[in-house]
Amino acid sequence: MIRDITIGQYYPVDSPIHRLDPRVKLAGTMVFLISLFAASGIVAYAIATVVLFALIRLSRVPFKFITKGLKTILILLIISVSFNLFLTDGTPIVTFGFLKITWEGLSLAFFMAVRLVYLVIASSLMTLTTTPNQLTDGLEKGLGFLKRFSIPVHEISMMMSIALRFIPILIEETDKIMKAQTARGADFESGNIIERAKAMVPILVPLFISAFRRASDLAMAMEARCYHGGEGRTKMKPLHYEKRDKLAYWLMLIYFLLMLATRFLPF
Amino acid sequence: MSIRCEKLTHIYQQGTAMQSYALRDISFEIEDGEFIGLIGHTGSGKSTLIQHLNGLMRPSSGTVYFNGEDIFAEGYDLRALRGRVGLVFQYPEYQLFEADVLSDVKYGPKNMGLTDAEAEERAKEALKLSGLSEEFYERSPFELSGGQKRRAAIAGVLAMRPQVLILDEPTAGLDPKGRDEILETVSELHKKQHTTILLVSHSMEDIAQYADRLLVLNEGNLCYFDRPKRVFQYYRELERMGLSAPQITYLMHELKDEGADVDTSIGTVAEAKDAILALYEKKQAGRKKQVN
Repeated sequence: MIRDITIGQYYPVDSPIHRLDPRVKLAGTMVFLISLFAASGIVAYAIATVVLFALIRLSRVPFKFITKGLKTILILLIISVSFNLFLTDGTPIVTFGFLKITWEGLSLAFFMAVRLVYLVIASSLMTLTTTPNQLTDGLEKGLGFLKRFSIPVHEISMMMSIALRFIPILIEETDKIMKAQTARGADFESGNIIERAKAMVPILVPLFISAFRRASDLAMAMEARCYHGGEGRTKMKPLHYEKRDKLAYWLMLIYFLLMLATRFLPF
Repeated sequence: MSIRCEKLTHIYQQGTAMQSYALRDISFEIEDGEFIGLIGHTGSGKSTLIQHLNGLMRPSSGTVYFNGEDIFAEGYDLRALRGRVGLVFQYPEYQLFEADVLSDVKYGPKNMGLTDAEAEERAKEALKLSGLSEEFYERSPFELSGGQKRRAAIAGVLAMRPQVLILDEPTAGLDPKGRDEILETVSELHKKQHTTILLVSHSMEDIAQYADRLLVLNEGNLCYFDRPKRVFQYYRELERMGLSAPQITYLMHELKDEGADVDTSIGTVAEAKDAILALYEKKQAGRKKQVN
């Protein structure tokens, strides 16, 4: 049900991946995503697959947990795969009326699907192994140089960390409200699309009200503790790189160069 | 007519690193028309337990019987069950959503498939039972005070005419007056409509005053299921679970330790008053005898 959404959910075990500096993981995720789009060909995807699975094993997060996030993109996946499959020109294999499946379409659809799935898996892996706090700390420090261009990095990262923090709270709240309305005989599973949309009103109205209430409470609590933005603010646990983080950066570079190199392969 | 739990076990996040037992082998039976108090420390499994009783949560093993029928059996009509076993959640006012109070209360009966007229009749009856006067019917639920909102929300469940009413800390966050009013409403429902009540509460005083029997949960285990007086005898064990006996029971224990001949199972102030007055009169009588 609604609890299946894994984005923003931390999986608490101790592993080499969990221990990495969040900046490394952020950079790593970016590098992986870029490499997926920069590279092409079967060899590149084989390398990406091996690396991804090695990282998952290393993170000690159960595989089942990681693939849970995929359910949410299933529809997007189906749509993009079928567009690529049916609407690409090239050597046809089968034709139904104006729709035809071509070799080019088949391979494009396949690689598109793999890209999307890996994209979600890689970002889920990052959020599963990094607490939201670490994540925003990493963002704030990693993007600190943008302050020089008078971009409010601290404020943005604070907003992000609050938003991330609120995801599980709002999910829980939704669950609670759904249960309360179910106890009053509500039915969210049957009926056509309009009936189902109507059935959401008793959930959405209380949910919005509680989100506004929580936001205003939080603003009040922050003000009561004299929060005034990033100026002169110190950290309890400042981030600093360890040996393993440097090693991770080197591995990342090697991986990226390898992926780029596949572009020059003849197949 | 009864609710019977048999070896009810619920495991949260089974098969992950965060696996934990919320309920372990819970078995008990609630008779028709009883007033049951459910107590337990935070995280003892109270909320999990009550959500099994109307089929909102499915057990990992074991089952619940309502009137002898297994509610988790295939094909059992859970929606109809939820009309018969009404569940009022903690802070139920957060479930209000309609533009006016009356429409909100009508939501439950309408979901049960009643016509608009029938739903309206039931809603008015429920609002009367929950003690919300007619001037509020057309108002937005968000304009009401905390206590009034809660009444409206409880009416939303009562409008389904449940035979069993489960309330999860219905008095949390209310002022003393609002608290007493809600408890009186519940007690009246029990007496006049013979509704079976299951009340989750942190107030031992309330439980001692109203409940026929007490269910005590600790870390997912059922510890005691007995009359309040018997349960409060184990006040030292209760303290170890993060609970306590009513304050007046402690007073009776202290009186006993001072050498007074009083019943230490007393749980309400009214009973204690009688016992202390009786003690006083006995002493006075003894003194008179000495003087004579």
